[in-house]
Amino acid sequence: MLVGPLFLFILFTFFIPIGDMLFRSVENSIVTDILPRSTKLLADWDSTTNELPSEAVFAAMVADIKEGRKARTITRVGQRLNYEAPGMSSLFRSSARKTKRMKEGPYKPALIKAHKRWGKVETWKVIKQFIPKYTAGYFLAAVDAKQELNGDIVRLGDEKRIYIDLFWRTLRLSLIITALTLILGFPIAYLMAILPTKSSNLLLIFVLLPFWTSLLVRTTAWIALLQQQGVINELLVFVGLVGTDNRPQMIHNEFGAIVAMTHILLPFMVLPLFSVMKTIPKSYVRAAVSLGAHPWMAFWKVYFPGTIPGIGAGAILVFILAIGYYITPELVGGTTGTFISNRIAHHISSSLNWGLAAALGVILLGIVVALYLLYDKIVGIDNMKLG
Amino acid sequence: MGKLPPYLSLPERLWHYGFRLLCGLIFFFLIFPLVVVIPLSFNAVPFFTFTKEMLALDPAGYSLKWYEDFFTNLNWQGAVQNSVIIAFFATLLSTTLGTLAALGLSRPTMPAKTLVMSILISPMIVPLIISAAGMFFFYSRVGLQGTHIGVILAHAALGTPFVVITVTATLVGFDNSLIRAAASLGASPTTTFFKVIVPLILPGVISGALFAFITSFDEVVVVLFVGSFKQRTIPWQMFSGIREQISPTILAVATILVIVSIALLVTVELLRRRGERLRGIQET
Repeated sequence: MLVGPLFLFILFTFFIPIGDMLFRSVENSIVTDILPRSTKLLADWDSTTNELPSEAVFAAMVADIKEGRKARTITRVGQRLNYEAPGMSSLFRSSARKTKRMKEGPYKPALIKAHKRWGKVETWKVIKQFIPKYTAGYFLAAVDAKQELNGDIVRLGDEKRIYIDLFWRTLRLSLIITALTLILGFPIAYLMAILPTKSSNLLLIFVLLPFWTSLLVRTTAWIALLQQQGVINELLVFVGLVGTDNRPQMIHNEFGAIVAMTHILLPFMVLPLFSVMKTIPKSYVRAAVSLGAHPWMAFWKVYFPGTIPGIGAGAILVFILAIGYYITPELVGGTTGTFISNRIAHHISSSLNWGLAAALGVILLGIVVALYLLYDKIVGIDNMKLG
Repeated sequence: MGKLPPYLSLPERLWHYGFRLLCGLIFFFLIFPLVVVIPLSFNAVPFFTFTKEMLALDPAGYSLKWYEDFFTNLNWQGAVQNSVIIAFFATLLSTTLGTLAALGLSRPTMPAKTLVMSILISPMIVPLIISAAGMFFFYSRVGLQGTHIGVILAHAALGTPFVVITVTATLVGFDNSLIRAAASLGASPTTTFFKVIVPLILPGVISGALFAFITSFDEVVVVLFVGSFKQRTIPWQMFSGIREQISPTILAVATILVIVSIALLVTVELLRRRGERLRGIQET
């Protein structure tokens, strides 16, 4: 029962918010909430006949727009519909002004006169598409697809595809970073494991110090090092490797993001590797060598297989952390080094397309949970260690 | 490192030194960025780079003005205040709840232990951007977005897994007969808790609390979304500083933070040793 308070706390502060995100990624009530009368009538309209809806629907729409204008919610409908069909936002904005003067019917010609798009069947089809309470639209948008008015799901044209590429880039960069941390982390973990405890404890401090230092400090440090007038560029110019006018661009691109993130995530690779290597008795390799194996062979056949759990743990940990990274790519990634998380943040705080942000987040969460289950299978969460 | 045995062949010797050189370079890669910010923070000019005067060790090239800026600028001082307040309450909350939960989890009668454990530590696994997005959506629904309480709750949620893990680890070697012994000698459950259990798990609780504190103190993604300018913390201020007006004050702050993290690292290490001594685990 002692677990109870924390359980409730985590539920409220963490799981319900995640659930809220799941809900928002499919939620679709905005149009039916703001246009209650017209959507209700529109549900019975047969869109396959290619005829405009009846006068009653038009009248209901005018009433809805009038009310939405008073409550200042009508622009939100336009904004939402605009994600699916460009131009809807201005349609609602300009119609909202003109409906003020529409006192009596017939509303059909009046509305079409206010904006000719009301006379197009497609406009009504788009609105009708938004009657269901839940939608897969955000998820389709998150994988560069959309649902046509006739119900077919199609992929967007090449020039409009961004998210699939971004997911691939996120995965590719995360893989590169994981591989680099392994290449750099393996030798130093090995060195710490074969040295006597006293010296290895000293070296461990060099790994733990960056681990404990603020992420922003480390990112700032890389900006100071890599920028155009930064320490490394100055050094390269000083030794004459590059001219002062053609300093290499090392930051605000993919390269900068990879270097800084490799540095930041390296301790997460070294620590699990080291804790596994520590448990492998040194006498194994010595025994193999004394039996005539070449030192390389002894290492490869005897020592290396023992380190595989550590490699698995470190690699998955680094990969999970890398795939959801936001701060470092945002500050040093420029345009070519951004991750999917930067896009999520963009949709939350700039473009305000929260549904799409939520759908992208849910997909990312799905990938991470799958990896986490894999991690659990390989290492077991009970064995998770800190420092 | 000791001396090399005399029977090694030349390639083996080369490998020995070559490997150490390689490792030295990797350690250099790890530490150098942290070290480089320290001299740069004493720069007399507002750039992130070494000037000729600095390289010539000319005192005119150095200045304390960025530290002065940090200690007098209201934006930064507000950030320090917020960071401390938020981290303190978040730590208090997560340490209390986390320690209780760890005690519960370590009971042999606890059902579905693995499942509960994975639920409790999930805030550590889920990428921060996703937690931040979810919290932003939900907290703005219930009116916690842009409040200190919202940020504190969010940080406490992120910090609890660390407390649960460290306290559970100290409880692994816990001898349950100690509780029975205390009870048989007439101690009430409350007395047993404070006189027997607490002293033994204290190192775990404190290092868990430190982890929770540093999590909150260092966290920026959630603050960016759940908080607003009023809740700006040191990392928040650094983040917006890097994006907008880049000034060496950020490097001065970075230097101070590096020193703080060295102090924390030493504390955690001392606590770990004390904990091992108390539980009679020999260092190997």
